[in-house]
Amino acid sequence: MITPEQRAEFRKHFRYNVGRRLVLDKIVKGVVFSCVIVAIVPLVAILVNVFSNGAAALTWNFLTEIPGAVGSDDPGGIGPAIQGTMVLIGMSSLIGVPVGVMGGIFLSEYGNNRYGRTVRFFNDVLAEFPTIVIGVFAFVLIVLTVGNFSVWAGSFALSIVMLPIIMRTTEESLKLVPVTYREAGHALGIRRYRVIFTIVLSSAKNGLVTGILLAVARIAGETAPLVFTILGSSQFISDLNGPIDALPLRIWRLSSLPYDSAVTQGWGAAFILIIMVLSINIGVRYIFLRNKEKTFLKFKKMGVAS
Amino acid sequence: MVDSLISNIISSKCVMLTIKMKKGSPHVDKIFKIIALAAATYVLVIIAMIVINLVTGSAPVWQKEGISFLTGSDWNSVEDRESYGAFPYIMGTLVNAGIAMLIAVPLSFGIGMFLSELSPKLLRTPLAMVIELLAAIPSVVYGLWGLLVFRAYIQDWIETPLHNLFGDQSIIFAGTPFGLDILTASIILAIMIIPTIASISKEIMLAVPNSQREAAYMLGATKWEAFRLAVLPYSKSGLIGATILGLGRAVGETMAVTMLIGNATGAAAIPTSLFQPGQTLATIMANEFAEASQGGLHLAALVGIGLILFIMAFVINVVAHLLVAKVVKSHEGAVLA
Repeated sequence: MITPEQRAEFRKHFRYNVGRRLVLDKIVKGVVFSCVIVAIVPLVAILVNVFSNGAAALTWNFLTEIPGAVGSDDPGGIGPAIQGTMVLIGMSSLIGVPVGVMGGIFLSEYGNNRYGRTVRFFNDVLAEFPTIVIGVFAFVLIVLTVGNFSVWAGSFALSIVMLPIIMRTTEESLKLVPVTYREAGHALGIRRYRVIFTIVLSSAKNGLVTGILLAVARIAGETAPLVFTILGSSQFISDLNGPIDALPLRIWRLSSLPYDSAVTQGWGAAFILIIMVLSINIGVRYIFLRNKEKTFLKFKKMGVAS
Repeated sequence: MVDSLISNIISSKCVMLTIKMKKGSPHVDKIFKIIALAAATYVLVIIAMIVINLVTGSAPVWQKEGISFLTGSDWNSVEDRESYGAFPYIMGTLVNAGIAMLIAVPLSFGIGMFLSELSPKLLRTPLAMVIELLAAIPSVVYGLWGLLVFRAYIQDWIETPLHNLFGDQSIIFAGTPFGLDILTASIILAIMIIPTIASISKEIMLAVPNSQREAAYMLGATKWEAFRLAVLPYSKSGLIGATILGLGRAVGETMAVTMLIGNATGAAAIPTSLFQPGQTLATIMANEFAEASQGGLHLAALVGIGLILFIMAFVINVVAHLLVAKVVKSHEGAVLA
């Protein structure tokens, strides 16, 4: 990497100005350390604010009741939003998990060719797409065609957000399973799909579960696609073809209302959402870092686990 | 004796298992492969369908406005006087993301350098985890916090002093600071993309072989000099890739920006001052969507905005992934494998 001329130049450079260079080194270290502090301050501030303001809003009624009329004395609760988020997570997982896992299996077991590389590339690109574009897409494809906002459209949009994350994490965890396991299976004459299902998938199940959980944490907080697909509602869910509410959407609506009670409710809803998302993220990290799990470190390098 | 018994049991189990697993016709394997192939193809189908739907959905506005949809700055949804130009929002997106990058990139590289070069090993994992948790916080919570807490601080401590200092004579600090403007939105956006850029650049810097650093130390370099002369050149293209990935996130970020940018429309949204309300491609969609009637030109214009955003994000991400893939190839799987 370094040519002899460069080395001579460096040596000349390093021999002089020792004092100044040490001072510069100290300054840079200080600056770099303050970068870390600057990045941590907002995290701490957000958590402190959400926890202190949100805890005040928490009551049983807040968690279970429907929202009251806008501006009325009884602010009601966020029951439909919590229910809607759960329903959306469940339904989008029904599409996202099987397709994502099967796609991951394809990439890992059959994907060592040109087609596999193409899919992998576009999968990575899809993972970084603005989610609002996915929302508009689901709107044009489903809402405009069917004619009404629906849980289906929301779940479809969220499953597209989930899919690339699960596909990539599945592929990476399957690749960590040693080839010898597969060879042992093949040597016994077991069919390939059984080898994949019973041997490879079960050895990689920790990584698989981590990927799915991270994808769930990601979609739990997604707002932009929902604006276009489920619209929001103040009633509990009655029909999968009708609009429903979701936590992030409710937070957005509440934040635009000028009432104090709406602000308190907004913090309360943010509290619930952040507890959901962070407990998944921290839980996954805690378990896997304690076990020094290779899969998770790999996910982090990919930027998926965030 | 016991050993042979155990091995007998195990081997008989193996045989039974094998017999069980051999069942099923050989076609099952092919069917399984086809299902897996279909699942993988689904991704490509989705991307193709996104393109098709956005193009057909926005066709009316392209027919009416033509190229002036990209260059015009009128935005009027009143019936009979409808006119749509996305230019202010394209500029808004670029300026907003640009300012966010100016703040986030140096900070992220600093964090990456601290975590890879200076941090004690014990501190590295927890610190990296804390930084990554920033990325886990939902966008809408950033927006809520920015709107209810951060906005007041930025207005009192940064915008008002700057405005008093430079006044209306300067262009970029003109306008009465209100807190809901391009500057606030950009700072929140910067906070949101720091974890992306920082964690990727940390990995890239950690992937630089230690022999590079040791060579620099041997010549008498300080830590900073070793970083500048040995680590930086080695990880340059990876860092550029990380930056572009961050840009991709910044361009598409919606909710937090919507809640903070102030939402100007039309020619007023062309960004000139930091203290002026703006609008980006993503925020105009989120804001005006509820007002657009189905089947109308307004809706087609919003879908058209989606198409522009799609193309921007697509190009940015393809470039970023190609760059990162190049790093992976040249460093043999060290980074972002």
